[in-house]
Amino acid sequence: MEIINNLYLGFSVALSPYTLMLAVIGCFIGTIVGALPGLGPSNGVAILIPITFTMGLDATASLVLLTAVYYGAMYGGRISSILLNIPGDEPAMMTTLDGYPMAKNGRAGDALVISGVASFVGALLATLALAIVAPSLARVAYLFGPAEYFALYLLAFCTLGGVASKNQAKAAFASCVGLGIAMIGVDHTTGMTRYTGGNLHLMDGIDFLVAIVGLFAVSEVFFFIESHGKDSSLGVKLGKVTIPWKDIFHTRWTMLRSSIVGFLAGVLPGAGASLGSFLTYMMEKSIAGKREEFGTGVAKGVAAPEAGNNAAAGGALVPMLTLGVPGSGTTAVLLAVLMTLNITPGPTLFADRPDVVWGLIASLIIANFVLLFMNVPMIKVFVRILQVPPAILLPGVTMVSFVGIYSLTGSYFDLLLMTVFGIVGYVFRKLDIPTVPVILGILLGANMENNLRRAMVLSDGDWTYLFSSGIAITLWVAAIAGFLAPFFVRNFLKKPSRPSDAQ
Amino acid sequence: MKLSDRLFGLIATIGALAYGAGALGIQTSFMSDPVGSKTFPLMIATVAFLCGIVMMLKPDDEPEWPVARSIGALIICAAVLVGYAYALKPGGFLVPTALASGILSFQISGKPKLAVITGVSLSVGLFVLFKFVLGLSLFGLPRWLMG
Repeated sequence: MEIINNLYLGFSVALSPYTLMLAVIGCFIGTIVGALPGLGPSNGVAILIPITFTMGLDATASLVLLTAVYYGAMYGGRISSILLNIPGDEPAMMTTLDGYPMAKNGRAGDALVISGVASFVGALLATLALAIVAPSLARVAYLFGPAEYFALYLLAFCTLGGVASKNQAKAAFASCVGLGIAMIGVDHTTGMTRYTGGNLHLMDGIDFLVAIVGLFAVSEVFFFIESHGKDSSLGVKLGKVTIPWKDIFHTRWTMLRSSIVGFLAGVLPGAGASLGSFLTYMMEKSIAGKREEFGTGVAKGVAAPEAGNNAAAGGALVPMLTLGVPGSGTTAVLLAVLMTLNITPGPTLFADRPDVVWGLIASLIIANFVLLFMNVPMIKVFVRILQVPPAILLPGVTMVSFVGIYSLTGSYFDLLLMTVFGIVGYVFRKLDIPTVPVILGILLGANMENNLRRAMVLSDGDWTYLFSSGIAITLWVAAIAGFLAPFFVRNFLKKPSRPSDAQ
Repeated sequence: MKLSDRLFGLIATIGALAYGAGALGIQTSFMSDPVGSKTFPLMIATVAFLCGIVMMLKPDDEPEWPVARSIGALIICAAVLVGYAYALKPGGFLVPTALASGILSFQISGKPKLAVITGVSLSVGLFVLFKFVLGLSLFGLPRWLMG
């Protein structure tokens, strides 16, 4: 009955009118951000972090606001996938496969409602599962020493580089770039500077927020400039929106199955929501077989990836909260939120700050109900926002990013760095080098090195200490397997391409 | 030829070597631990070096690089953002923001009228939002004008 007590604590924090208001605002902003083509949960949360902090909200309030944005953006991502055939981010890609054809068949409203309900089911089940699983995992996490943590970080980079990417060398290189950047600044063990080149601005290291906003948001602006905002016209009409009860009832098992698979995919460190939506879509496709033609606009093809990626979004919070290792780009951004708030995720978080953890979980549950309401009856409001031309939207996003960082750090140097990160992000994405490992590297670099050094201090320099416990060995094996697996299963994991307009 | 990846692999390899060399030059102090402050950077440099080699030997297909006109637009935008970074503090919020967002808008749509409207309205709108709704401390005009 511990969980009831915990949830009671959580709701007592989250149900205050002020927090509730923040949750509603967050959901609204999140859905808009998710719905806008090209902007996904990661950029949405990234842009809002600096502004939230300068507003001086306390830890619980900013966490509630930003996670509401996160969940909202996961919901909203499907709107541009279905109506424009442009996924807001990677996980939303699978939704275009059946969502867009369905919209072209004149069932845009149905597709939006079915996916909205599927998102709700996935996210709600995953949040409940998070509430059950996280405390027990937090207990296991107490067994982790420095050697185990080092192996765990390695596992996150390896799965991110292996399962979740197309080219291991490029993903591993991206991790190195991030880790390398994390080394800049004062080394806290010796008190000496590293890689600053004598520049005073670099003494404190590079702020991860600057890197995140640059790599995610500013690089997106460059992409739009390259395409001159061409491919974002509304291709389909949205008529009267009714609730297709029959389809929702018909897809109930699909939603349930997809929620479970999505949650598990989300829990894997480094795998995250993209894997969740991909696995669930492929699973439903093979269960349905040839009877139902996936890819032509069937309800199950819309429900599966949406339930899957929203469940994965919840699942990804498990390793992030209990171990401090994010499972996806967006949870990496949320980790950045926690670190800026001076909250160290990990097992002690559950013991020391139960109000934060359970307040967060309770507000996620609340956010879900708010989002269901916003995304089914109010869907038309968001569709209208999609019609804002990119020539107004993108400059706006850029300016918000700049002002956010500027009001946080007050330094022109950080703005310059952010522009540089934007250019780097653009070139990396052109070359198909993932940018999430860079962020993860910057976020985890210092911890990873510290754990390695602490492990070596404990063992007095004996390297075999890294492989001395069962947990550590398991993590090492999983890391190597996760990195090498794609060589063997890549042919099965080939992603279907987005539906083309020519059909 | 798949030139892009080979070239980037080469840059990555050289970068990794430079990073490794930089690691060897890190000053150490008397307070040290068995690992020291050089080991981890050296490990990073080694992995990055190997990745660079792999990228050169097994390049992916050539990405679609933008045409010359788009590259020009991208360079202009990058320059505008750099200029904005320098101008924001001495120039106040309103004028640099209107200019920067106007130019960005023009680069995306190519419509001068829309760009002017976007620049001015974003600048004023965001200033009101940030300053009065969210309560961030911003200066609208250059400080020497405000006295």
